[in-house]
Amino acid sequence: MSVTASFGGREGRPPLVQLLTPEGERVEHPDFAFDLDDEAIKGFYRDLVLTRRVDFEATALQRQGELGIWASLLGQEAAQIGSGRALSAQDYAFPTYREHGVAWCRGVDPLQLIGLFRGVDQGGWDPRESNFHLYTIVIGAQTLHATGYAMGIQRDGLVGTGDPRRDAATIVYFGDGATSQGDVNESFVFASVYNAPVVFFCQNNQWAISEPIERQSRIPLYQRALGFGFPGVRVDGNDVLACYAVTKAALQRAREGSGPMLVEAFTYRMGAHTTSDDPTRYRLSEELEHWKLKDPIERVKAYLSRNGIVDAGFYAGVEAEADELAARLRAGCLSMPDPDPLSIFDHVYVETTPQLRQQREDFAGYLASFEGAH
Amino acid sequence: MPGRDDAGQGAPVTVTMAKAINMGLRAAMEADPKVLVMGEDVGKLGGVFRVTDGLQKDFGEDRVIDTPLAESGILGTAIGLALRGYRPVCEIQFDGFVFPGYDQIISQLAKMHFRSLGKLRVPVVVRIPFGGGIGAVEHHSESPESLFVHVAGLKVLACSNPVDAYWMIQQAISTDDPVIFFEPKRRYWEKAVLDVAAGPLTPLHAAQVLRSGDDVTLLCWGPMVKTCLQAAEVAAGEDRSLEVIDLRTLSPLDLPVIFQSVRRTGRAVVVHESPLTVGMGAEIAARITEECFYSLESPVLRVTGFDTPYPPSKIEEDYLPDLDRVLDAVDRALAW
Ligand SMILES: Cc1ncc(C[n+]2csc(CCOP(=O)(O)OP(=O)(O)O)c2C)c(N)n1
Ligand SMILES: [Mg+2]
Repeated sequence: MSVTASFGGREGRPPLVQLLTPEGERVEHPDFAFDLDDEAIKGFYRDLVLTRRVDFEATALQRQGELGIWASLLGQEAAQIGSGRALSAQDYAFPTYREHGVAWCRGVDPLQLIGLFRGVDQGGWDPRESNFHLYTIVIGAQTLHATGYAMGIQRDGLVGTGDPRRDAATIVYFGDGATSQGDVNESFVFASVYNAPVVFFCQNNQWAISEPIERQSRIPLYQRALGFGFPGVRVDGNDVLACYAVTKAALQRAREGSGPMLVEAFTYRMGAHTTSDDPTRYRLSEELEHWKLKDPIERVKAYLSRNGIVDAGFYAGVEAEADELAARLRAGCLSMPDPDPLSIFDHVYVETTPQLRQQREDFAGYLASFEGAH
Repeated sequence: MPGRDDAGQGAPVTVTMAKAINMGLRAAMEADPKVLVMGEDVGKLGGVFRVTDGLQKDFGEDRVIDTPLAESGILGTAIGLALRGYRPVCEIQFDGFVFPGYDQIISQLAKMHFRSLGKLRVPVVVRIPFGGGIGAVEHHSESPESLFVHVAGLKVLACSNPVDAYWMIQQAISTDDPVIFFEPKRRYWEKAVLDVAAGPLTPLHAAQVLRSGDDVTLLCWGPMVKTCLQAAEVAAGEDRSLEVIDLRTLSPLDLPVIFQSVRRTGRAVVVHESPLTVGMGAEIAARITEECFYSLESPVLRVTGFDTPYPPSKIEEDYLPDLDRVLDAVDRALAW
């Protein structure tokens, strides 16, 4: 693969890697090819629809008071499914708080995400099982973790062995706003000087809460990579095929020992920042209308239908599966037990301390003093 | 006095604490063109709690600055602006997000006056919505006040009600030392009648006795003030007379007010949301013990968060000191 072609902007608009147009037409790109068959695209469609349904159901649960908050991925499904499906089992992903689609690809039960936003725990899944790290809310911090993890993979001798089942890389997700943080820029430096096998996957959804991308950068974000000494590519973030192909190439490059790469998935946050946010205060609805035409699911559907790859039964099947999933999530959420108050004291340390043990005992005694009182 | 001669603003108004701080910021900006507001989402959105609502519209983008998403950047550039004669008021979106800027605060902001032998002043105010009780996810409910009080060179304040908030923010802005200004986020929507014509009733670095009592002194600030006032009310029904002191200023502490009260009641309970160990309660208890030893009828007790990270929101009410835990400590102090 030649990434140099995508290095700097050519004349005019920054180059955007696209393999499936908003109208559902397959197009070629000189540097990146989609190498899977139509069965895989059907699979992507299912992933996209189910992920969106998880998001809808969680949003509804929040509105009904069952979740404290929810960060919607609406509009970013293709960026997440495309990149998530490009991962090999041995790769390790570091998400923000919005990577519900990547979590899906990594086999994390969406109910675990719902538990976090319900306030039951801070991420109940085992990152070692799914190779999907805990959600990180402090903006940008995880980019350094991904870089360090990648440095560990290097030291384990699992870069460039030539064995695709052994070579590994990390991928780290972050937003356009995050690119302003020191941590993110430091991770670029570390990854670059150590040639670490990490893919920086930036979902440029144009907004950091109320601040437009112009508040963070005057150049296209993918071009930042050049200054740090590694390639950057801008991909159509609403094109699941392109996101898959570009991420796969970037991961492959990293696993082979060619170092980091920045993928800027150019997309749009179709919803509010979170359920607490009111975007009508700071952005125009025309913008949203414009991006609706680029919907990541509609174009896959158009491709599948137009080429007679699927029939109505396929869509009905996916829809039924989505209904089932939504019902399971709802029931699972409503029956989720609150944590035991004494669990506050669990896991603070590997080896707890005498003082903390005492605090736990005192609090247990205090709670017991109410029993029978009411 | 800033805000006094605002047309049509003479009459007392009922305002939330968020609105009161907003009005205080506005008054400070009107009074001094060097006052700037900066932070994430403070401009068009007016901040996630709407504390800076409308300020950018009225004062422009040069004075109300939507910054890039970088706390170290916000704090570091605020220092530079202050060196150039401006008075930046930085908003940190939530308590847990001050730490990317902590280095600039601790290593640069706090020490600038000292290391320049008094030649350089950096009158930066850092506003931090703090504390729990709003059902939020991680990093949105912390109480890091002692991490700042421990550092010489910083003044640290915590408001507890709209009237104080209105005056304290203006007094903080006119302070020539750097100020960390804690706002109890779960009280942002509490209302009170604000009379801007009355002028500040309390000097900035003064504690305030909000309720007089004879049996036990409750020492609190920020979100715990309301909790302690409620506890005092309940206790009164059980013939227990609690004195409630809103410390307001955590660095410096207004020790004489504390000592005077404890010498009279002989018992003190410090209440804070932040963890127990090396929290403000430890310092206050030590000071009381040193100065009021012979007046004490019981040890100074503390009701605090636990020595754990802030828990998931479903059990945050177990973590946070509440009325029952305060009254339990009062019982223990009285039974000593
Ligand atoms: C260090 C830090 N500062 C502030 C915040 C509050 N905050 C949460 S999300 C967000 C905007 C993030 O924008 P971006 O990186 O573009 O990601 P997006 O939410 O658009 O996916 C901010 C400011 C935070 N979580 N962490
Ligand atoms: Mg964004």
